[in-house]
Amino acid sequence: MSPVVVSSPHGPVTNRVDWIMGQVLFALVPGILAMTWYFGWGLLINITLAVLFALGAEAAVLRARGRPVLPTLKDYSAVVTAVLFAIAVPPTLPWWLTLIGMVFAIVLVKQLYGGLGYNPFNPAMAAYVLLLISYPVEMTTWLAPRVLAEHSLSFLESLQLILLGHLPQGLDWDIVSSATPLDQMRTLRAQDLMIDEIRQSPLWGDFGGRGWEWVGNWFLLGGIYLLGRRIITWHIPASFLASILVLAGVFWMFDPQAYPFPAFHLFSGGVILGAFFIATDPVSACTTRKGQLIYGALIGALVFVIRSWGGYPDAVAFAVLLLNIAAPTIDYYTQPRVFGHAHRNPKGQDGGTG
Amino acid sequence: MSHLAPAPSPRRLWTFHGGIHVPDEKALSNGGPIDPIPLPPRLVIPLAQHIGTPARPCVRVGERVLKGQLIGEPQGYVSSAVHASSSGLVVAIEPRPVPHPSGLSAPCVVIEVDGEDACAPLAEPLTDYVHLDPSVVRERVRWAGVVGLGGASFPTSVKLNPGPDRRLKTLIINGAECEPYITCDDRLMREQPARILEGVRILRHLAGAERILIGIEDNKAAAISALVQALAATDLQQLVSVIPIPTLYPSGGERQLIRILTGLEVPSHGIPAQIGILCQNVGTAAAVADAVLRGQPLISRVVTVTGRSVAAPRNLEVPIGTPASALIAHCGGYRQPPRKLLCGGPMMGFELRDAEVPVTKATNCLLALTAAEAPDPGPALACIRCGRCAEVCPVRLLPQQLYWHSRAKDLDRAQDYNLFDCIECGCCAAVCPSHIPLVHYYRYAKTEVWAREQDRRKAEQARLRHQARLERLERQEQERKAKLRRKKESLEGKGEGEAKPASEDPRRAAIEAARQRAAAKKQAAIEGLPTAGKGSGPSGASAPRAAETAKRIEEPT
Repeated sequence: MSPVVVSSPHGPVTNRVDWIMGQVLFALVPGILAMTWYFGWGLLINITLAVLFALGAEAAVLRARGRPVLPTLKDYSAVVTAVLFAIAVPPTLPWWLTLIGMVFAIVLVKQLYGGLGYNPFNPAMAAYVLLLISYPVEMTTWLAPRVLAEHSLSFLESLQLILLGHLPQGLDWDIVSSATPLDQMRTLRAQDLMIDEIRQSPLWGDFGGRGWEWVGNWFLLGGIYLLGRRIITWHIPASFLASILVLAGVFWMFDPQAYPFPAFHLFSGGVILGAFFIATDPVSACTTRKGQLIYGALIGALVFVIRSWGGYPDAVAFAVLLLNIAAPTIDYYTQPRVFGHAHRNPKGQDGGTG
Repeated sequence: MSHLAPAPSPRRLWTFHGGIHVPDEKALSNGGPIDPIPLPPRLVIPLAQHIGTPARPCVRVGERVLKGQLIGEPQGYVSSAVHASSSGLVVAIEPRPVPHPSGLSAPCVVIEVDGEDACAPLAEPLTDYVHLDPSVVRERVRWAGVVGLGGASFPTSVKLNPGPDRRLKTLIINGAECEPYITCDDRLMREQPARILEGVRILRHLAGAERILIGIEDNKAAAISALVQALAATDLQQLVSVIPIPTLYPSGGERQLIRILTGLEVPSHGIPAQIGILCQNVGTAAAVADAVLRGQPLISRVVTVTGRSVAAPRNLEVPIGTPASALIAHCGGYRQPPRKLLCGGPMMGFELRDAEVPVTKATNCLLALTAAEAPDPGPALACIRCGRCAEVCPVRLLPQQLYWHSRAKDLDRAQDYNLFDCIECGCCAAVCPSHIPLVHYYRYAKTEVWAREQDRRKAEQARLRHQARLERLERQEQERKAKLRRKKESLEGKGEGEAKPASEDPRRAAIEAARQRAAAKKQAAIEGLPTAGKGSGPSGASAPRAAETAKRIEEPT
């Protein structure tokens, strides 16, 4: 008989943290492959580096804190953070920026708050924002998608770029890079160009930037998989996307030449990735059903506001971090009505003591 | 013949939030009939087998008792009688290990069985209960020691008395048996549906209910059809509906079943009688029938002995007080050594550390789980706030918040999050990907709150006592001063001349003495009061239990 007496239930376990994290990683695969197809090997190199740095940082902190190292590394949460970070940053990012990002994400944002489950902020997004503010040039230099690029970087060229920080001889940035659709929309709108004029550029596909629009679809596929496996619920993605669609739709109908159409918002930048993989990070999101709806809707609204009138072309990371702060408060005021209680009551009621 | 029986009537059912589907494992033990177990050489009969005050022993060591003889009288209203399960010699009345999560001992009557199984004279059957005053029939149920046999073991006679201003419109008979592995109610419904319906008829009469709903999970088709057929042979058809309900744990919880069948929610901290409902288990109904129609006290019950460690799992008819080890032995012993021996089901049962503990009225199942059935979940990981616990919580609590606050010992916040609405069904812990023993934390928090309440009560008593003492000192001081003044006055008076007749003085002294005696008595009453009002019930036992829980909770983390 077992020496440790634990309360019921006594049945077999049906669910595991590492399985959940593994499912998230699996669901990211189609999007990662699509991005690699469009933007080259840089992403895969970045993912490898980020995972190594993240695991190294986590192991070092766990050892310093006197916590078991291997069992914690095996929950794969650091890997998920690393992969999400690598997807969000440009595939040309110098290795030392990835290192800074991962050390910041794991050591400061995650472990200093107590490790997995205790971090109020999404580590990957916090690291992304830190780098975006500190190294704006490196963080906004994107390669041109394969369909537009005059030259696609080979594996070795990508490796050289990431590790040594300069392009191979005979290449310069004008040939390999291009503005992201969000960047371009922002710059040209600032020059008061009409949306129709902007869209005449060869960068534009059916509803977003060429290449870009399809990456979003592959991440959407992964997101639907997560919904199907019940790793995430529909509340956050649905309210996030609905809120951005509604807001963009209203402004677009109001002035279709000044505001891009809703599908552009949906399939540009990090919205799909954010809605299914980042805002749904359970640790930093709301946990009540109603709270999740509010949380997602507010992220969507913030993304639209910052994109339309703010200082950055994309805003998923900022919006997620801002709502991370608000999540505990939203949770507090959206408690469900408990069975047998007349009304929902966040303040607690008749202090029943059995 | 079965085609003649009317099909269970389809009717609207409601749902409760959450719940989980667990493998029911009923087929292990529900194949064969209920098997009576031979008498053990020694019966250990606990005096507290029910919720409420323990019974007071009314036999002495060395006394011969007969089967069915009263050995423990109920003490107070919420209490229950205890009877000898067989004839023999009382060899001890002392604390013995009982089936309780704490593993602590409690007072028991130990009977050396003589093997004759000689019956005490039975009480007179009350076959004409319809024309008797309900209180007479209730008193019989109380005398027979009938308690809820579904697991909670609340005295049935108390439940049957809703008070003068409440009407019980609906009687719900709980045959859901939603816990995995357990099949004692299933077998009882299949084998003795008529006996259950006799009890249902009596319960209906006592409650004055207008309709009777028998809820059974739809994984027990045989039990459903047995009851439907038995019902067809009675005149209760107009009143009783046998209702199959979807198999979903914990649909057999009293509040959950009431919700499923009626759509009503029992108020938090309230009882079903507040919404006009009486809920009784099928086994309880059968025990009520025995008590009223046959004059038999509750001295045996059906126990499921199951789990893959048991050689031949089955249901047994067991005299109360039989040691658990005898049940296992009767089922062929262990096929392989169990990792856990549980009292109750896997979702809500507790581990027995001693296989010699007796079967009580609350013991519905002995479950010996193999390492494969109850694997060690490993150390608990950090909560990732995934919210699955909240998804499955049948009470719509936020188990995760309760966990944070319980863990941080922030008991006020835990109570704000309705800690005491938790029914400890275990759904949250069963789905937790981090394998956190959530229910363990809630039980710990509850006992901590009880302990704190008790401390608070004690502090309040001490404060009252201190205040009374200060008042007493003050009064004595005043009295002393008054006496002094009077003496002075009388001395001064003497100086002026003999104003008062001499006969008055002794009389006044007597009056004064009497007044002082009365004051002293009053004082003694105030001081004696706090010591008399010591807490009992759950809070009375909570201090050792809290310490126990605290100790245990530290081990897995």
